[in-house]
Amino acid sequence: MREITYLEAIKEALDEEMTRDTSVFILGEDVGVYGGAFRVTEGLYEKYGEWRILDTPLSESGFTGAAIGAALVGMRPVVEMQFADFISCAFDQLVNVAAKNHYRLGAATPIVVRAPYGGNIHGGAFHSQCIEGFFFNVPGLKIVAPSTAYDAKGLLKAAIRDNDPVIFCEHKYLYRRVKDSIPDEDYVVPIGKARIALEGKDVSIITYGAMVHTALEAAQALKEKGISCEIIDLRTILPLDKKSIFTTVKKTNKVVVLHEQTKTGGVGAEVSSLITEYCFDYLDGPIIRIAAQDTPVPYSAQMEEAFIPQAKDVISAVEKLMRY
Amino acid sequence: MDVKREDLLQLYYYLKLTRRLEDRVTSLYHQGKILGGAWTSNGTEAVSVGYGYALERNDIAAPYFRDMGVFLIRGISAKRIIAQYFGKKTGVTGGKEGNVHIGDLNFGVIGFPSHLADNYPVGAGAALAFKIRGEKRIAVACTGDGGTSRGDFHEGINFAAARKLPIVFICNNNQYAYSTPLRLQMNIKDIAERALAYGIPSKIVDGNNVVEVYKAAKEAYEVARNGGGPTFIECKTMRMHGHSEHDSAKYVPRELLDEWKKKDPILNMEKYLLENTISQKVELESIDSRVKKEIEEAEAFAEQSPYPEPEDGLKGLYATPIEEE
Repeated sequence: MREITYLEAIKEALDEEMTRDTSVFILGEDVGVYGGAFRVTEGLYEKYGEWRILDTPLSESGFTGAAIGAALVGMRPVVEMQFADFISCAFDQLVNVAAKNHYRLGAATPIVVRAPYGGNIHGGAFHSQCIEGFFFNVPGLKIVAPSTAYDAKGLLKAAIRDNDPVIFCEHKYLYRRVKDSIPDEDYVVPIGKARIALEGKDVSIITYGAMVHTALEAAQALKEKGISCEIIDLRTILPLDKKSIFTTVKKTNKVVVLHEQTKTGGVGAEVSSLITEYCFDYLDGPIIRIAAQDTPVPYSAQMEEAFIPQAKDVISAVEKLMRY
Repeated sequence: MDVKREDLLQLYYYLKLTRRLEDRVTSLYHQGKILGGAWTSNGTEAVSVGYGYALERNDIAAPYFRDMGVFLIRGISAKRIIAQYFGKKTGVTGGKEGNVHIGDLNFGVIGFPSHLADNYPVGAGAALAFKIRGEKRIAVACTGDGGTSRGDFHEGINFAAARKLPIVFICNNNQYAYSTPLRLQMNIKDIAERALAYGIPSKIVDGNNVVEVYKAAKEAYEVARNGGGPTFIECKTMRMHGHSEHDSAKYVPRELLDEWKKKDPILNMEKYLLENTISQKVELESIDSRVKKEIEEAEAFAEQSPYPEPEDGLKGLYATPIEEE
């Protein structure tokens, strides 16, 4: 066991998969000599050379399309979006080509798109977005969003070995802020399976990504007030692990859905809707959604803090629910 | 470059097969037997037949929707194609997709997405894989004149050029993108000029001359195969039908069509084969009878094939399905 950061976990997954399987390669902007804007691929260029760590033109649709083409003839490309925000430029290739290849033509498209996403870093409207919602409504894609270093490594390995296009949402805020003890041996975290980040009995907080840590902070404060929270870390956003969602709802009967993505039409709307559709009789009260406000991500610290859900928002939502 | 007699006859056969297949599809469309629309390559068949026939077995094609010749040459049968038009289970996509939205990696054909020029970067990616693995294979990608206005056209060529990838880019310049003529699509005379901006060689060929297209493609493929990087080939031709069969194309001046009719690629090839005594009328007629028979059999096969079940529409979303407990 070794303690490593979320960022190091991602790098280790890339490195180990590239060693294990020569069909794995990386492409994106500044991933080579420079080692990537966040230094995730640092050192890999020296180890694997310019034809397995490819610096590309500033051309997201071009290199995402190229990754798709390479995948169709037997490679397992890992695309790095420099910032998740730029994935919008590759929307067409992901939504119309990658996502539909297998359904239409039986053509497996094993690509991973790494998307450094999320706010709290004062990046403003074009360097802070949560992009999972853009793709949540696209059948054929898979979307994962780890909250821990352990899951970041295990899910990235699973994504690389998966035969479908996977959007890997890695939260920038967590890169150097969270650490885990990682086993020395190879492991994967299966796609499509949520985990219980904290066991509890009074209220369920269903969340993912950086908000798992916000939920944990809130749960700690609530524990001191005698309220026991159960935190479900979805880990995979598409497809959702309905079984884990329904299990926790049936256990606690009170639900808060929390995410950093903006509220309208977000992942939380779907989770809430699933719960009312399938678990209505188990609910004590309304499902409360806590999400970012419906605006672009503001830059100024004061406004960004108000934009992104905080532990205090979770605490007051849970306290409100406890009155039912 | 000398082209062997047997290859010339094969080129003729595929021209005829493409034309007759699409003519039949057009009739079936007007009889109301085709689901959705019917897009054909009528008048431009020499482009897909020429560049498709120049490929080697292990090469990869990333075609567009007026590339019926490529589908047939790669080995996707007329039977499966007509069944595809009918939405049958035996169609290329089992009814999941329609008409010319065809692809089958078993035959080295990457699927065609309607978003034109998407296959330029995708084709470049296949070429990248060949280069990474050190294989002597090449890719070819095709789009129409309208597709050259899209970003993916430029991003695909630029990436392939920067990395000197083994790919050839084909443009079927058939003068009209749906109803929009070239002069409203771009402010250049030859689309081939675009290649200059990416530092790759280009050629302009007579897109109604299958031998010329074949030779140009073959030469460009060999350059790519030997590490010389991409070439752009503009095939100048004319779309003789509407954008699809519902479109009467009244926006195309009659005189323009009359002028191009004289340059029909099949008549062109017949003339070439007969005048150069490469073949005789009787031989060409026997090829044509073979083609007719093949189309009849294909249609019968498609007619008799079953439709998919409604629940088949739920299958095949993922290559690695998520196990639900």
